Amino acid sequence: MPTLFEKIRDRHVVTRRGDDVLLYIDRQLIHEVTSPQAFAGLEAAGRSVRRPGAMLAVLDHNVPTTPDRSVRIEDRGSRDQIQALRENALGAGIVLFDIDDPRQGIVHIIGPESGLVQPGITVVCGDSHTGTLGAFGAIAFGIGTSEVEHVLATQVLWQKIPLQMRVVVTGTLRPFVTPKDVILAVIAEIGAAGGTGYALEFSGETVRRMSMEGRMTVCNMTIEAGARFGLIAPDAVTFAYLKGRPLAPPPSLWDAAVADWKTLPSDPDASWDREVALDASNLEPHVTWGTSPQDALPVGGVVPDPEKQEDPGERARMRRALEYMALSPGTRMIDIPVDKVFIGSCTNSRIEDLRAAAAVAKGRKVHANVTALVVPGSGLVKRQAEEEGLDRVFLDAGFQWRLPGCSMCLGMNPDKLKPGERCASTSNRNFEGRQGPGGRTHLMSPAMAAAAAVSGRIADVREVAR
Amino acid sequence: MREKFLSLSTVGVPLDRTNVDTDAIIPARYLKTIKRTGLGEGLFFAWRYDMDGKERPDFPLNRPEYRGGEVLVAGENFGCGSSREHAVWALMDFGFRAVIAPSFSDIFHNNCLKNGMLPVTLPAADVRSMIDALLAAPGGKVQVDLEGQTVTGPNGEIHAFGVASFAKTCLLEGLDEIALTLTSAAEIDRYERERKKATPWLFLDLAG
Repeated sequence: MPTLFEKIRDRHVVTRRGDDVLLYIDRQLIHEVTSPQAFAGLEAAGRSVRRPGAMLAVLDHNVPTTPDRSVRIEDRGSRDQIQALRENALGAGIVLFDIDDPRQGIVHIIGPESGLVQPGITVVCGDSHTGTLGAFGAIAFGIGTSEVEHVLATQVLWQKIPLQMRVVVTGTLRPFVTPKDVILAVIAEIGAAGGTGYALEFSGETVRRMSMEGRMTVCNMTIEAGARFGLIAPDAVTFAYLKGRPLAPPPSLWDAAVADWKTLPSDPDASWDREVALDASNLEPHVTWGTSPQDALPVGGVVPDPEKQEDPGERARMRRALEYMALSPGTRMIDIPVDKVFIGSCTNSRIEDLRAAAAVAKGRKVHANVTALVVPGSGLVKRQAEEEGLDRVFLDAGFQWRLPGCSMCLGMNPDKLKPGERCASTSNRNFEGRQGPGGRTHLMSPAMAAAAAVSGRIADVREVAR
Repeated sequence: MREKFLSLSTVGVPLDRTNVDTDAIIPARYLKTIKRTGLGEGLFFAWRYDMDGKERPDFPLNRPEYRGGEVLVAGENFGCGSSREHAVWALMDFGFRAVIAPSFSDIFHNNCLKNGMLPVTLPAADVRSMIDALLAAPGGKVQVDLEGQTVTGPNGEIHAFGVASFAKTCLLEGLDEIALTLTSAAEIDRYERERKKATPWLFLDLAG
């Protein structure tokens, strides 16, 4: 009996070729960095966009998060890419959320907000974190620029069928333990390549109790476990999130859509190529110590010792990671000082993330040695946060309150780490140089990042908030 | 248009690291281009150059014995992380035509095939011994025969590898995949007509 993934796949098969299927793509999201060459390729071949009405474009990766961005963007390459997307979207008749559009924001935030991401759909984007959208019970995956071009021209993609893995999370999360900690623990368990070749479906009571925002955080980081796809079965939480959003099914079609969506969850006797169980009832807030997302451990832990690692390849990797991170084995994680704190990214920049960080920041001050940024995921998140007074909480505590964008997640706009700087970050990747050349990243949840900001070092939010 | 993949007989360049991510292959600041060319400049930038911009002499790509090599031999989970196709463009712009590793990330693997670059998956022990041989005797040759699906290592050992038959044809002939897919246009049209009846809410124009 089929899984959620298999049910969605089956209804999108246009034709087959050996083991591959030609998969119909319902929606494509587009941003400025991975699309210019795709549009140029179309033009060179004399092709046009098949279904512009199935596309949505936004500027996010390159854009500065300071107000002067509306006046002038200093970096020439960024300007060129932004201008290229404006021209390409206009030329093809694709909607673009431009810099000053109140709906502008990180591509994986604005898609769900608009209601265009729905259960049972296939959705792609030239960005590896597209798996985020699988939280709605959709086949959502990141593709390269050649495939972006392919979807623009044909609305379909040739795909191999991935293996099916189920991750069952049980137990009630303790206070200050979040979906981010769940996914970091899963990645630490199966490894950065553990999900390669798989679609991962997250299930279990813990996942069922998560909000849509928490579910998106979980699915966002499946790629950090190697899996292109993360999925969560749609339920009443999903339907309630979607109802009334601008691009959700209109009232006249709503009941039919919901009836259809209710047929999607994996059958109870579905077969899985691999199953992983996580008891989250004793899970602690997690942080990373190294340069791979799999290097996550409970905040009460210490930097591990490579010499205790038996596998020589892994030993060498850990030695390199510690050298890059300038850390010694045995150091307590809570003794590691930080220079910067980044609260944002497609992993953790939604309203619930900002509320969680603000609850810790309220009435406290950012440590004198720390520069801390809060970057809402979209203009709509920013507006809501301001309506709730969260901006004041952050500003009063000494955080910077920025405009929406990818910001300090990836070192391709003005928000970057300087060489040697150490950052507590709510983003998704702690690779060498990810947040800027020579920068050092420790991944954690928004509440944990806020705790680090006020402590000047990695801290256990449960101690700080007590 | 993709390049045709021809067989290779070239210096093998060992990169003895696992989990090589695409941020390491090409840092984000080099992605600010609207072209596919010229990205070789930023390839492995932080590993090739120190903070002052000087070449790190011990990094394999900087060692004279490995210069001009067209096959990179690396550890498991090569190309993980970001979907940036620029990683493949950078490797190709630098001169690489194939990467041999025990495993690849799914997206990177796909991106290689779209550009005429061959990702070769071999058992971890075979890759380990190939890296060791290339480190012990720099300048050793590696041959890649796509037609026969074999790799010949620096010590003459021959390894068979698997490749999907359609991908192989595309590589050998440098086919335009979009043109091939468009031969299924009638089926795509039919699919759309049927789905529009079943799930009309998915065919509302996002432009409103």
